[in-house]
Amino acid sequence: MGKFDNHGLKAISPLGGHEPRADTFTGLLIREVTDRALASLAARQGQAEAVKSTAASYLGGSLPEPASWNANGVFAAWWMGPDLWMVSAPHDSHELMAADLKQAVGDAGSVVEQTDGWCRFDMEGPRCFDVLERLCNANVRSGKAGDATRTSMEHLGVFLLCQTPGQGYSIVGPRSSAASLHHALVAAAKSVI
Amino acid sequence: MTDAVMNAGRVAFQADGSTGARKGVQVNRLDGGLIKGGKPLNFTFDGKRFKGFEGDTLASALLANGVRLMGRSFKYHRPRGVLTSGSEEPNALVELRSGGRQEPNTRATVAELYDGLEANSQNRWPSLQHDFMAINDRFSNFLTAGFYYKTFMWPAAFWEKLYEPIIRKAAGLGSISFEADPDAYDKGFLHCDLLVIGAGPTGLMAALTAGRAGAQVIIADEDFLLGGRLNAETFGIGDLTGAAWVEQAQAELASMPNVRVMPRTTIIGAFDHGIYGAVERVSDHVLAPEAGKPRQILWRIYSKRAMLAAGATERPIAFENNDRPGVMLAGAVRAYANRWAVTPDQTVAVFTNNDDGHRTAADLIAKGVKVTAVIDTRAAAPKVEGAELFAGAQVVDTKGRLGLEWARVRLASGTTRDVPCGALAVSGGWNPNVHLTCHQRGRPAWREDIAAFVPAGDLPQHMSVAGAANGDFSTAAALRAGAEGAVAALSELGIEAKISDLPEAEDAPINVTPFWYVKEGKGRAWLDQQNDVTVKDVKLAHQENFRSVEHLKRYTTLGMATDQGKTSNMGGLAIMAELAGKQIPEVGTTMFRPPYTPVSFGVMAGRSVGEDFRPTRKTPSHKWAEEQGAVFVEVGQWLRAQWFPRAGETHWRQSVDREVLQTRNSVGICDVTTLGKIDVQGKDAAEFLNKMYANAFAKLPVGKVRYGLMLREDGIAYDDGTAARFAEDHFVVTTTTANAVLVYRNMEFARQCLFPDMDVQLISTTEAWAQFAVAGPNARKLLQKVVDPEFDISNEAFPFMGCGEITVAGGCRARLFRISFSGELAYEIAVPTRYGDAMIRKLMEAGEEFGAVPYGTEALGVMRIEKGHAAGNELNGTTSALNLGMGGMVSKKKDCIGNTLSEREGMNREDALKLVGFKPVNAADPVQAGAHLMNASGEVSAATDQGYITSAAYSPVLGCSIGIGFLKRGDSRKGEVIRAVNPLEGREIQVEVVSAHFVDPEGERLRG
Amino acid sequence: MIINHPILGPRDFQEFTYLGDASLIDRPDWQADNAADQFHDYLYLRDNPAGEHRELWFHEQGDRSWLVVTRNTVTHEILNVELARDVARARGRSK
Repeated sequence: MGKFDNHGLKAISPLGGHEPRADTFTGLLIREVTDRALASLAARQGQAEAVKSTAASYLGGSLPEPASWNANGVFAAWWMGPDLWMVSAPHDSHELMAADLKQAVGDAGSVVEQTDGWCRFDMEGPRCFDVLERLCNANVRSGKAGDATRTSMEHLGVFLLCQTPGQGYSIVGPRSSAASLHHALVAAAKSVI
Repeated sequence: MTDAVMNAGRVAFQADGSTGARKGVQVNRLDGGLIKGGKPLNFTFDGKRFKGFEGDTLASALLANGVRLMGRSFKYHRPRGVLTSGSEEPNALVELRSGGRQEPNTRATVAELYDGLEANSQNRWPSLQHDFMAINDRFSNFLTAGFYYKTFMWPAAFWEKLYEPIIRKAAGLGSISFEADPDAYDKGFLHCDLLVIGAGPTGLMAALTAGRAGAQVIIADEDFLLGGRLNAETFGIGDLTGAAWVEQAQAELASMPNVRVMPRTTIIGAFDHGIYGAVERVSDHVLAPEAGKPRQILWRIYSKRAMLAAGATERPIAFENNDRPGVMLAGAVRAYANRWAVTPDQTVAVFTNNDDGHRTAADLIAKGVKVTAVIDTRAAAPKVEGAELFAGAQVVDTKGRLGLEWARVRLASGTTRDVPCGALAVSGGWNPNVHLTCHQRGRPAWREDIAAFVPAGDLPQHMSVAGAANGDFSTAAALRAGAEGAVAALSELGIEAKISDLPEAEDAPINVTPFWYVKEGKGRAWLDQQNDVTVKDVKLAHQENFRSVEHLKRYTTLGMATDQGKTSNMGGLAIMAELAGKQIPEVGTTMFRPPYTPVSFGVMAGRSVGEDFRPTRKTPSHKWAEEQGAVFVEVGQWLRAQWFPRAGETHWRQSVDREVLQTRNSVGICDVTTLGKIDVQGKDAAEFLNKMYANAFAKLPVGKVRYGLMLREDGIAYDDGTAARFAEDHFVVTTTTANAVLVYRNMEFARQCLFPDMDVQLISTTEAWAQFAVAGPNARKLLQKVVDPEFDISNEAFPFMGCGEITVAGGCRARLFRISFSGELAYEIAVPTRYGDAMIRKLMEAGEEFGAVPYGTEALGVMRIEKGHAAGNELNGTTSALNLGMGGMVSKKKDCIGNTLSEREGMNREDALKLVGFKPVNAADPVQAGAHLMNASGEVSAATDQGYITSAAYSPVLGCSIGIGFLKRGDSRKGEVIRAVNPLEGREIQVEVVSAHFVDPEGERLRG
Repeated sequence: MIINHPILGPRDFQEFTYLGDASLIDRPDWQADNAADQFHDYLYLRDNPAGEHRELWFHEQGDRSWLVVTRNTVTHEILNVELARDVARARGRSK
């Protein structure tokens, strides 16, 4: 695996496998995504502007506005709450991103390693709307690319990131409940398709 | 008596006109209708085979086959047939399907026919024709309103053993199979600009108008066929027949991507701020759902605007014996004829107080059915062609044991005439379906010209009402109201919609003269047929001084059945008003509440059933623990290993004792990932924790961990854990597994609402780290094999309560904490969760030479009780720091949540409960958690209570059962022998009060 | 109910956790002479109006903001929604 992964411990995916899981339906693919490193970035008291500018130079683009996400090169970020963002990058090359990000923002921000706090499933294909409306109350049919919504699916708090309306979404949920979240997604897909 | 009933039944059966049922042909099927050319379908009713057509309901197919008798009434077991053609049906309730799919009390009028449908009548024994319980009908004088309240009063002792079991056996209609429902149910969420409730002419016109304007529209109808009354009438719209116009409208709506048409979908409730509940019956019209597909879906619809276009419900007129199979609503008879090409009988009479009832006669005559009379209560009734008209006349009685044979009519002249009829079509006028307008406490208003309640101004937010639901009964008025309503609703949203040319349609008034019940006759005239409430019952209630409609309802049970009195409430109110000498609007109506029609439990549960009832959280070592054959226990949503049985162990205690002893003697490993972890950063992080914890944190050095106790503002302790300081401005806080969410919420409350200018940032990291406790005298030796050699974890370099960031297994990032819950030399080591599975395997491998054991939550619990550590049983919502023996920890030099009120006198009583330990005097006696403590002698009573035991376990170290708990002045009573009593089980043992620290009270092991 | 979140717009109240009267923001000074009495009133004495009520809601399944929601307890009409942090600062709370 990655350059930081050459120690004696072998990683498993949130679903417990050594390879990410994929489930295919007519017009829909649900796949486990395990290759992203995550770190949360919070602005210190009164430092929102400073953290935005220092983070922008590290990320190569600005931090996203409320309820949205964006991508800049290898980085992506989404808004989690007031003055709080989640930053992601490829795990293989950025397993230690939290430390780098902290160095970049200095005392303007608080950074927390979040890579393994989450599991992520990407949903792709034309049946996304039909399946998502069985799962969460987000108004996906009126949504646009770049929307980041914190919502709940089968009693699990998740982030729903819209890549392409109706065609591509990322669902980021708590890692310990990956099996429950995966079951919910697959059951909804079976119910619809 | 039995003979008499039997004979009555037999005679009645022979008199029943349902010859068609015996022949198995559709004797009452007419020409035309909307099911012409429909696929023939087979179904059974009470085991008999019948044929119907695609598009039939069970009710229309049974009528077509000449079956009028469909059920027995609730209380008197009177023979009953179908009254209506819709969801308001009170009588024709059947058990649909069988086995796990059996569904009781299904209205035959909305059960869509499918091939292989299986239905059974209910509330009868042994058969629908011969029902022993019909004897109740003979005792009807005793079974009047308030019967239960009056009869089962005395003697009180009889209630539980005698009355209740008998009543329970007799009560209810349908039965359930007690088999699990094999089908799935689903739920979902929809959003729209305009929700249109009802797809009759009003709703369709509204949806077309809004859809053409580009608005997001949802139009829902409980029927499987759109069109509402247009399917039941012969009206044309413009140049088209009603049905053809509906088809055209439906095609246009289907072509609009912004419109979602939802047939078979009932809007069951109007909730706050434009939220509506809807049940979509996805698979109720097929033999079994497709694999994976739900039977029903519960939708939560978020609407910006909603239009109620739910139409109106016809109401009957009460007269003696008006409940015989064959007595139906006039609009229903018309619907069966025009939509389903069915007549309930070849000979029909009509009884009406309005012009609308005359349409039934006209439509039946046009279809070749013999209409023997039109009986109109109005002296100035319009003329009738093709049937005899009795103007100013009333139906005063009927005859026919299991089905109507004739009706006795009191003519205007005063003489009576017996009119032969197998069906009597009754119309007392129409009630707008205002139900959803009342779900937010709206009260409808009386409209004199239609003699009915219509929605008043107090509608749910952003709802409008149009068409018959608003009292505008003509088709032309409905189309206009639908279009205008849509334009008005959308203009509020800034969407411009236009009314294109409205098609021509009938515009006749119904000319109703209120007429509620026939006063003549001594027999029973039925108001609520589902709950067997008669005019007499209402009179009795009035006589007994039940004057409020809500009291009338509850005393007589009028309108309390599954149909919620859709056809009966109005009659009851009118009679009550008359008796009280009041106008109907003065009496008012009872409150309508959700759901509009009955909803299955299955669809309320949705997919969240069985093991999917709620999400499950798995620990990083779950897979490994499964391989070890661990027994799991649910802790909140977490699944944790409870113990790890080994070969030869036959009782859980053997496993747990072994895990405890091996940990205390060598080393044990436990997954403690479930503890909540909150990352706290910022310049004011230390000051913030000072506020959160009762004890002080500001001076905790970097690289150290401290135990902390959290209080509620009232001074009661609610959680405990540790805070590790990784930097001046960085702490990692742990919470108990159960309180992780609550502690985080409270910390956010303090951060945002109490101390908004503190520089502190919070985020949960519970899931991000796989954390393992490694405990026991060999813990360090084990860890030294795993921790990378550049990190010195000797006692000197890494003392008790130390923490630090390290690497393990050749470079894997990790965190190490030297903390102990077991009282042993112990560490907690954390790695990124993805490596947790590999880490537990690595630790076990490294521990092999020491005989390392994994231990579960049971051994964890035993060891913490042996150490006297408080857990959930002790932090039970009633105990303070003082009770827990930590009173000294509550800093008086700083402000923290709970410190001020914990100084209250009552919380510092000199005889306060104190946490201590208990050992049985007789080592064989088990100490029980929950037992109460009493002095060595004296009375056992609440007044002499000395405290209680909170946690107990068998201690393999001490070789006896031990407990900890709260005892008055406990800290000064060590050595005293007292009693632990369990009056529930009649147990009492002697226990000695000891220190709660049973093992290593000096704490030497954990510092070693 | 729908709560019109000041940052996120209309959100279903099911995403929120309810705490109670917004007066819980006004936590007394622990060093005041009558601190015990003040804390007693703060914790135990609440108005229970049939009508307008300012109350605290936590967007737990959302952005984790605490909100002050002004709601009519009879009609459930929501008249105003503010970030609790802004309200707290306006009421003079700081550190």
